[in-house]
Amino acid sequence: MTTPLEENMIHSTVAPPDPAVEGAAVAAPGRDAPIAVKIHSDGAPKPEVKGTPTPQTDVATVPVVRLRGMSFYYGSFRAVREVTFDVPKNEITALIGPSGSGKSTILRAINRMNDLIPSTRVEGEVLYNGEDLYGDRVDPVEVRRRIGMVFQKPNPFPKSIFDNVAFGPRVHGLKGNLNDLVEQSLRRAALWDEVKDKLKQSGTALSGGQQQRLCIARAIAVEPDVILMDEPASALDPRATLQIEELMHELEERYTIIVVTHNMQQAARASDNTVFLNMGEDRAGYVVEMGPTTQIFTNPKNQLTEDYVSGRFG
Amino acid sequence: MAAAAQPGSPPLSVVLRGSAGRRRREQIIRAIFFGAASLSILVSIFIVLSLIFEAINFLAQIGLDQLVALGWFPRRGLFDLRTLFVGSVITTGIAILVAGPIGLGTAIYLSEYAQPRVRRIVKPILEILAGIPSVVLGFFALTWINPQLVQRLNPGAEGFNLMAAGIGVGVLIIPLIASVSEDAMRAVPRSLREASYGLGARRITTSLRVVFPAAISGITAAFIIGISRGIGETMVLAIAAGGSGGSIFQLNPFEPGQSITAAIAALATGTDQVRGASAAFPSLFFLGLILFFLTLSLNLAGDVFVRRTRQRY
Repeated sequence: MTTPLEENMIHSTVAPPDPAVEGAAVAAPGRDAPIAVKIHSDGAPKPEVKGTPTPQTDVATVPVVRLRGMSFYYGSFRAVREVTFDVPKNEITALIGPSGSGKSTILRAINRMNDLIPSTRVEGEVLYNGEDLYGDRVDPVEVRRRIGMVFQKPNPFPKSIFDNVAFGPRVHGLKGNLNDLVEQSLRRAALWDEVKDKLKQSGTALSGGQQQRLCIARAIAVEPDVILMDEPASALDPRATLQIEELMHELEERYTIIVVTHNMQQAARASDNTVFLNMGEDRAGYVVEMGPTTQIFTNPKNQLTEDYVSGRFG
Repeated sequence: MAAAAQPGSPPLSVVLRGSAGRRRREQIIRAIFFGAASLSILVSIFIVLSLIFEAINFLAQIGLDQLVALGWFPRRGLFDLRTLFVGSVITTGIAILVAGPIGLGTAIYLSEYAQPRVRRIVKPILEILAGIPSVVLGFFALTWINPQLVQRLNPGAEGFNLMAAGIGVGVLIIPLIASVSEDAMRAVPRSLREASYGLGARRITTSLRVVFPAAISGITAAFIIGISRGIGETMVLAIAAGGSGGSIFQLNPFEPGQSITAAIAALATGTDQVRGASAAFPSLFFLGLILFFLTLSLNLAGDVFVRRTRQRY
């Protein structure tokens, strides 16, 4: 199933794992690494044009996260079946598919959030910069620090706006000026101008859209490498949704983003790559098709994909 | 509509008045329920009033200077309030020092660490512990906690002392603090824990910096209920703290002492006939009044705090 699809995956070339990335660079994830060398097949850098179908110009970048035949079990129930896909660096990858297709489960497997649910189990590999995240000696806490998460429902702590953003840096004992870090994180989350005069106010007093941007700022403040977003705009009104999508585009310069969404337009508007999942006969989610978003939406190879993106099912 | 217009039937204005008998029955039922509600309030008011009158009676019989004396020996006319106040405060303080950390630790373990299976076993055991009669714990404090624990650590401790009694009360309120705190922590939404874990926080960090502060109002309530229970606890102190006939004013927890409650118990169950001309009998009510105001103000303070810090999610 996956073999014919893999060849139209976004990575025609895969950079060998940089030895520095494995050891030292994890302390400052991605900061010093060259930013997203997007190489086209002809080798010439080309400005990216979103929304234009570019089916054949395979954008080849370094995959940060790679799933290799990953299955996920809740007890004896297999919820996700042998999923394989790559997530290119500094791009937005959307996971779409109907309910029960395992989107959120896969997303939460990438930063080991599912560890918090008793009697769950992963088979196969989830690789982050070449390292298996489910290896024997991997500490999930270290994983989550590098692979941050934004949740479906905004969940700011019942603390001040400042303390919300400063929570991660404080927990990790990050050195440096906390005020600057908080300001920088809020600026990157496009929230600074709205809250700069009320940093002492409770984060829970903000509007839904502001709360979600606060949660993004909070995630950014620990300087992650990858940000997972689980339907980040589903609880928001259309205006706030657009703000979040714009923000995602700004963030992909620095971060690799994986977003689960139910909203087809959102996937089409806001992502570079799309992985389409479906629920099989055995009620396990599996990958139907993946590729550049424009191709998935304009020229899908699988009938199921076409039916889904055109709204005929799901 | 047509019926109202028929000749012979009463006019609409009379029909709409309904049945006088039914209205009367409604009023009687209402009065019965009102009576039940008033009775419970009246009883409370009566108790408080009798406390106040007898307390005034007591204060009128003795000089105010008698409230500070060598100790609390009501039959000898020595009514040193400090003795009892200090006895209550020391034992309750020791109890909270014992039950606070253990109870909170239990709550954090059950709420944040324990597997569901473990919780299903431990929680009922806690509730059984809460059902141990305090008279049993008093005896336990006297015959085990004191010789095995207190006197080992401090060989100079008396056979009856405030320390052993305080620890006994502490054991008594551990389940209370654990259970109420655990409920408060479990009520903290899962999304907040996920937010914390998603930022790379460890379990202990999540417990102490996210769940604990979010549950602080419930935890405070647990402590206030615990303190209230400690101050009101009688049997453990009456048995293990000593000073059954009275107590000298002193601050050493390793010496015998008497709490407000134990003093009431000693007086009310004393073999001497306290009722009579002496001030010993009305002193019972005076102590009762003090106890009443202590717990009342504690509960009010707790209420105010809970209201002020309550979080809505």
